[in-house]
Amino acid sequence: MNFETIVGLEVHVELKTDTKIFSPAPSHYGAEPNMNIHVTDLAYPGTLPTLNKRAVDFGMKASFALNCEVADVMNFDRKHYFYPDNPAAYQISQDKRPVGQNGWIEIEVDGKKKKIRIERVHLEEDAGKLTHSDNGYSLVDLNRQGTPLIEIVTEADIRTPDEAYAFLEKLKAIIQYTGVSDVRMEEGSLRCDANISLRPFGQKEFGTKTELKNLNSFNFVRRGIANEVERQEKILLSGGEIVQETRRYDEATGQTVLMRVKGSANDYRFINDPDLPEIHIDKEWKDRVRAEIPELPDARKTRYVSELDLPEYDAHVLTLTKEMSDFFDATVAAGADAKLASNWLMGEVSAYLNAEQKELHDTALTPEGLSSMVKLIADGTISSKIAKKVFKELIENGGNAADIVKEKGLVQISDEGTLRKIVTEILDANEQSIEDFKNGKDRAVGFLVGQVMKATKGQANPPLVNKILLEEINKR
Amino acid sequence: MTKFTQDDVKYFANFARIGVSDDEAEVFAELISELVGFGDVLKEVDTDHVEPMTHPLQLFNVLREDVPQDILDREEMLKSVEEHEAGMIKVPNIL
Amino acid sequence: MTLMKKSAAELQQLLHNREVSVKELTEDSLQQIAKLDGKVQAFLAVTEKEALSQAESLDNEPMENRGPLFGLPIGIKDNIITKGITTTCASKMLENFVPVYDATVTNKVKQAGMVSVGKLNMDEFAMGSTTERSAFKTTHNPWNLDRVPGGSSGGSAAAVAAGEVPFALGTDTGGSVRQPAAFCGVVGMKPTYGRVSRYGLVAFASSLDQIGPITRTVEDNALLLNAIAGVDQWDSSSSPKQVPDFRAALTGDIKGLRIAVPKEYLGEGIADDVKESVLEALKVLESLGATWEEVTLPHSKYASPVYYTIATSEASSNLARFDGIRYGYHPEGAKNLEEIYLRSRSEGFGTEVKKRILYGTYALSADHHEDLYVKAMKVRTLIAQDFANLFEKYDVVIGPTSATTAYEIGGVAQNQLTLYANDVLTVSVNLAGVPAISVPCGISNGLPVGLQIIGNHFDEPLVYKVAHAYEQATDFHKQSPSQGEGNE
Ligand SMILES: [Mg+2]
Ligand SMILES: [Zn+2]
Repeated sequence: MNFETIVGLEVHVELKTDTKIFSPAPSHYGAEPNMNIHVTDLAYPGTLPTLNKRAVDFGMKASFALNCEVADVMNFDRKHYFYPDNPAAYQISQDKRPVGQNGWIEIEVDGKKKKIRIERVHLEEDAGKLTHSDNGYSLVDLNRQGTPLIEIVTEADIRTPDEAYAFLEKLKAIIQYTGVSDVRMEEGSLRCDANISLRPFGQKEFGTKTELKNLNSFNFVRRGIANEVERQEKILLSGGEIVQETRRYDEATGQTVLMRVKGSANDYRFINDPDLPEIHIDKEWKDRVRAEIPELPDARKTRYVSELDLPEYDAHVLTLTKEMSDFFDATVAAGADAKLASNWLMGEVSAYLNAEQKELHDTALTPEGLSSMVKLIADGTISSKIAKKVFKELIENGGNAADIVKEKGLVQISDEGTLRKIVTEILDANEQSIEDFKNGKDRAVGFLVGQVMKATKGQANPPLVNKILLEEINKR
Repeated sequence: MTKFTQDDVKYFANFARIGVSDDEAEVFAELISELVGFGDVLKEVDTDHVEPMTHPLQLFNVLREDVPQDILDREEMLKSVEEHEAGMIKVPNIL
Repeated sequence: MTLMKKSAAELQQLLHNREVSVKELTEDSLQQIAKLDGKVQAFLAVTEKEALSQAESLDNEPMENRGPLFGLPIGIKDNIITKGITTTCASKMLENFVPVYDATVTNKVKQAGMVSVGKLNMDEFAMGSTTERSAFKTTHNPWNLDRVPGGSSGGSAAAVAAGEVPFALGTDTGGSVRQPAAFCGVVGMKPTYGRVSRYGLVAFASSLDQIGPITRTVEDNALLLNAIAGVDQWDSSSSPKQVPDFRAALTGDIKGLRIAVPKEYLGEGIADDVKESVLEALKVLESLGATWEEVTLPHSKYASPVYYTIATSEASSNLARFDGIRYGYHPEGAKNLEEIYLRSRSEGFGTEVKKRILYGTYALSADHHEDLYVKAMKVRTLIAQDFANLFEKYDVVIGPTSATTAYEIGGVAQNQLTLYANDVLTVSVNLAGVPAISVPCGISNGLPVGLQIIGNHFDEPLVYKVAHAYEQATDFHKQSPSQGEGNE
């Protein structure tokens, strides 16, 4: 029997506010344990939540960017469960009236476009952090407690592990463009759970699903889903039944592992939080937030292809992060040829960032700098070989390509007379190579060109050197 | 009238994380049975077009600016914590 | 002769004339407590050292900087957070809990220059109406030591009635300021929901809780509400409405006042002596130019089930944080997390608290959420609507505060009708969120009777005006319990 894979994702994204969603303690990542807490985060007796305005703005912004309808009226609900990382024994979340509903994002897998619907986006508070030790104890750090989150819940529209991957990549790009989160999976500012079930093709009802947790990278999401599909398939084919349970992906074995069976043990007893008045979002508020959303990746991609004539591939890569896309736009705005700028950003720049484990803003390169270099290449002032030297200078120390070229005397030698004189000297000193060339050894030209470049410290115009070299050899 | 049994007591005590012995369950079953009749009393009220009153005052959009303040001193906080280690609150594992 | 039975105005006069210092005033309060509290048992903690050192520094404050409550002693109910001073909620759960911050009202009384002399007894987590459910002691009614002071703010009312302090703060979720005020013959105000910040009040039922002043006179009460009222950035449910000067409302003029008297407030379950006192009080008000009519609050019979359902649901949520980990009772030798939870909550909470948590958990559970919890909130809307309808035609609603005078300590549970009548009188006010005051309106068999005056939302000035006019026309507020005279 053949099964169809049904996947829905629940993605938690930490919002980049200065304070927590319900307390004025700082919410930044990386502080010493329990140094970023307010009495409210400890659920200290008598404390009350106060709602962070920016968290609401950010929730709205993300919702709009994900094509959601933003609520006119929303409220916060308490969701009850006991756990040491949850001090009040309830999490303040949104149950019936979330900030966003009925959204979608478009993904592309193997050249096919598809919309994945988003059921809801709700605001809630993050829990603290538990560190388990071997001696039977856990340690509680409440710094993360109260960090604002949005939870993005998709409809069960995802059909393959690759679609899940593409969804997350796109989601990450969109959220990152809005600026509401760093969406760094390594720091936990993006976390993903997957609900997975199978059903025979043609069947309408969903099968029993399992929930896959602790997926720590997009690749693990892809592999985890694939492995869980395999596991469920085996069970179903052997006549077994899927048990509704929570599993985790074990990175070492590549298998999903049982965490707990979901029983009736969950009764969250939602109540409308009496401490927090309703939020009414009028048109003016919505318009203001919507106006703050920058051009999103899809729109930019389309623009790059239709207005700048970039290949689809370039447009996709350049728009994966807002920083890269902004940088590209600024480089082109500073006068660079779009395709040349794209080549450099996708090539040398990305290679450098990878090698150095840096991001664009960590380097000295500016769009004006890159543009100045691309212009010098385009008008033949520097060769691409010299450009590499200029680039190294630009990305490490900044500045303008023209200045660097002037300072370091890197201008390309394109004067025929000067070059012919140097070529003649090189040929005089390399009789054997001329002989080799005439006997059909093409490599000899390469050697001779190399000698010329060496003599000119790489500044000779390579096509011109080639031309003169052949002319001079043929004269002999 | 609905009766609240000892099993009910234990079922809800589990959610509320309150340990109850069999003797206590008997006491609570009786005490709570008196309250359980409230559901029946309320049933007779027609609330078809009535909105639930979640807040006594019609306030809305009470929001705080995103500015850090009043950070709790960790050592002060730890004074009321029975067990702690390296600035963190120590709890035994689940089982 | 103690100074503790003087009014704020009289005490201010003494301070300004330098006939008495803040320190002497504080010492007088401490002496009264030392003399009387062995019998009354109103205080859970007397903070003598802190009070005296605060008093000494207050004495250095120039006269022109002093407000109407400056230097006056106050007692604080023990579910209101006081920094550095044990705050127990009269529960074993918080027996040794020393808070790291101050409640907004605690700050406000400090800013007014008041001297807190200690923390007052109550029913555990404010769940009760006799103060017998304190985990630590039973408070006795100063008018008759065999009687309860009412509750849950029984310590607050008893301390004021006995003359241990002239001022106290109580909290009122379903009558817990007004009913003990009635039982102890003092003045107790439950302000409009949102009038006073709840920040630092250990929550029982968040949508019902309000902090309120308990005093000997209406004027003193208005002064204390002046000091504690107002919007608070740390309580999002506090109202941004402008706070008027409540004392300025005490004009004595209530001519033309239209009073509604719900027939449910004088019906079944209300004791005859209470009914008589209230009817007498209405005559007094008539003589001052008011008129009254009998009306009906059609949904008042549902007040009790609605109240219990909502209050216990919210309590089950609010009290979930007490898990023995970050603060509070920690069971010895618990082997695992589950055991810490189960034992801290079963050993730390008393029976009444556990009962209410269990019922609230039941009411919120998936199977009953809609037909119990949500249903109760809908009927609450109707109860609030009943009041709104009355306030379209009438200025205030008047009735008894309690169906009877103070009960006997340890006495058999009141009969169902009385309990029910009590709920109708007090909890509907919390459900509607409106303000109400209790003022003494009679003495029956040596025990005080309380008159309840209920106003529309934010109409405290009118409530005070009526209460004050009535008080000035009668002598009940001048009478004191024998304990208060310091008779040994
Ligand atoms: Mg979820
Ligand atoms: Zn969530």
